[in-house]
Amino acid sequence: MDALVLTVILTSVPLILAATGELIAEKSGVLNLGVEGMMLMGAVAAFAVTSLSGNPYFGMIAAACAGGITAGVFAIFALGLATNQVATGLALTIFGAGLSGLIGAPYVGGTIDGLTVIVVPFLSDLPVLGGLFFKLDLLAYLSILMLGLVGFFLNNTRAGLILRAVGNNHDSAHALGYSVLRVRCVAVIFGGVMAGLAGAYLPLVLTPHWSEGMTAGRGWIALALVVFASWMPSRILIGALLFGGITIMQLVGQARGWEMPSQFLSMLPYLATIAVLVLISRNRNFALMRAPAHLGRIFIGTK
Amino acid sequence: MISMTPRKHISLQRTLVTPVVSIMMTLCVGAAIFAILGYDPLAALYQFFIAPLSRPDQVADLFVKACPLIITATGLVFCYRANVWNIGAEGQIVMGAVCAGGVALFVPGLPDILLMPTMILAAMVGGMAWALIPGILKARFNTNEILVSLMLTYVAALFIDWLVRGPWRDPQSFGFPLTKSYDEAALIQRVDLPGIGTLGQLHWGVVAALVLALVAYFVMSRTLFGFQVKVMGDAPRAGAFSGFCAARTTIGVLCISGACAGVAGMVEVSANMGQLQPEVSFGYGFTAIIVAFLARLNPLGVIAAGLVIALAELGGDSAQMALGMPKVVTGVFKGILLFMLLAGETFNRFQLRISWPALSRAPAARGR
Repeated sequence: MDALVLTVILTSVPLILAATGELIAEKSGVLNLGVEGMMLMGAVAAFAVTSLSGNPYFGMIAAACAGGITAGVFAIFALGLATNQVATGLALTIFGAGLSGLIGAPYVGGTIDGLTVIVVPFLSDLPVLGGLFFKLDLLAYLSILMLGLVGFFLNNTRAGLILRAVGNNHDSAHALGYSVLRVRCVAVIFGGVMAGLAGAYLPLVLTPHWSEGMTAGRGWIALALVVFASWMPSRILIGALLFGGITIMQLVGQARGWEMPSQFLSMLPYLATIAVLVLISRNRNFALMRAPAHLGRIFIGTK
Repeated sequence: MISMTPRKHISLQRTLVTPVVSIMMTLCVGAAIFAILGYDPLAALYQFFIAPLSRPDQVADLFVKACPLIITATGLVFCYRANVWNIGAEGQIVMGAVCAGGVALFVPGLPDILLMPTMILAAMVGGMAWALIPGILKARFNTNEILVSLMLTYVAALFIDWLVRGPWRDPQSFGFPLTKSYDEAALIQRVDLPGIGTLGQLHWGVVAALVLALVAYFVMSRTLFGFQVKVMGDAPRAGAFSGFCAARTTIGVLCISGACAGVAGMVEVSANMGQLQPEVSFGYGFTAIIVAFLARLNPLGVIAAGLVIALAELGGDSAQMALGMPKVVTGVFKGILLFMLLAGETFNRFQLRISWPALSRAPAARGR
């Protein structure tokens, strides 16, 4: 049972990381649909650098950089050239999937030693919780830490207020003298760094190999998570654990010999995403109350 | 700081030049990436864009490759014109192939002459049903159609995987995940012109695809429905005042694009495979998105755009064989091309003026 809960937690870590980054980008008013592409770039960078250097922490840093640079490409087009954000995000996903496959081609079939478990002294001796929450890897701790920091940043800091202002009404924010594009650029790159780390979690912790398209839609599920969380950081945690649980259900089903074909169990996370989106969007006021008002709108800097 | 002012008039010349410049920019950036990764850029570009067209029958194959892209992208043009973001065409292709396959394999006693029309109808219904799910959810609950249509793509892929490995598998397939082969009447024949003979793999589905694009152009530019789609995409408020219903437009364009994608799936299976297998669409649904944009959301442009992208797809195969590049490298080109097309759109619509930040920002301090 403990092992099962631990698997659920580990499965949800990349979702938390990617969704936290996307949350910041969306709060600033930018809808970056390229999460899947940025995650793949992070995953391949993590695998390549780890297998070359032998140190998974270098791989982690490389993944963060790869994600940030990929997001920078998005920023150049969607912010600098004011292109349609939906289409630019799609381009980023297609580009990231292709480039990661090209970079990763020599590494197919190889394995690496991933991140090791860091045992927190004293706390890990707690009866049940110790084994579950205090014997994890660095990225898992980081995901919770970043989620908390992002929550604090958005609600309790001046910079967080500016970020939300830019996302809610870029014209007003611009009139007040805030640089809309600079705020959004930083937010998008932060989102990319987090997505890169999320991608790194796959080869560094979950499966120690590289394969094309290994994220298998996790980036898209992270996007859905942000909607599910109605742009509130605390709900990202709940949502990610929920999705982690649903993903793990197929393993449980196979282990217990359920009569259902494995393909139907594999459909569960995707079907659950749709169900959750419907539930959240059903009540229009509830869903829109917290959504950044200028999400996805193009801002053209005029003098 | 870049400042942009909308152009008052966009010339036709500029509109036509933009995609060409975008393609050339893509080639430059692609060559640079190949060079960085240690491939010979000129050899790579040759394999991609020249080698696939070195024999006449390969030109026919280019049309064959473009066929599913043209059919699918024609439908997507309606969606994107109406600002409805259906990105799950891949799943709709699969469901079209599944439904048509169901007719071909399990409807006994259908006269040969009725089999093909029934399959086409089934494919349209299958693709349409799959596209209607995000459509109805969007119209009824305001659910994000991007995420729903994409999630359904994964569901469709798993569904066909289950079918061909489970209930629909041919017992005589030696354990391979394949259905029984279709009957002769369920296959799309090669184009066989008297006096010329067959042209490569060219089949009648290609002809149908070209006709479909022409019909779509007529619907888009000459009918009230086409006008409604354009108005609801460009100015939804104006459309609402003139009596167009947003929900009905959303559902309408999703039906069209779902039906087109379904037919594309059916054509692909009936013309090239002859039976269902776990993979019936090799990312055509996603590639068609780029085709639609390269065509500047114009159904006539889809034909040319489909051929250009099909060339890159064939080039991916030849680069894989000649240079040992992985097949996904085509994705790099496709991604860059979409970036360049979108940027081209900006240059087309706006006059860009670049002024250096240090000089221009000085008076624009915070308390201005």
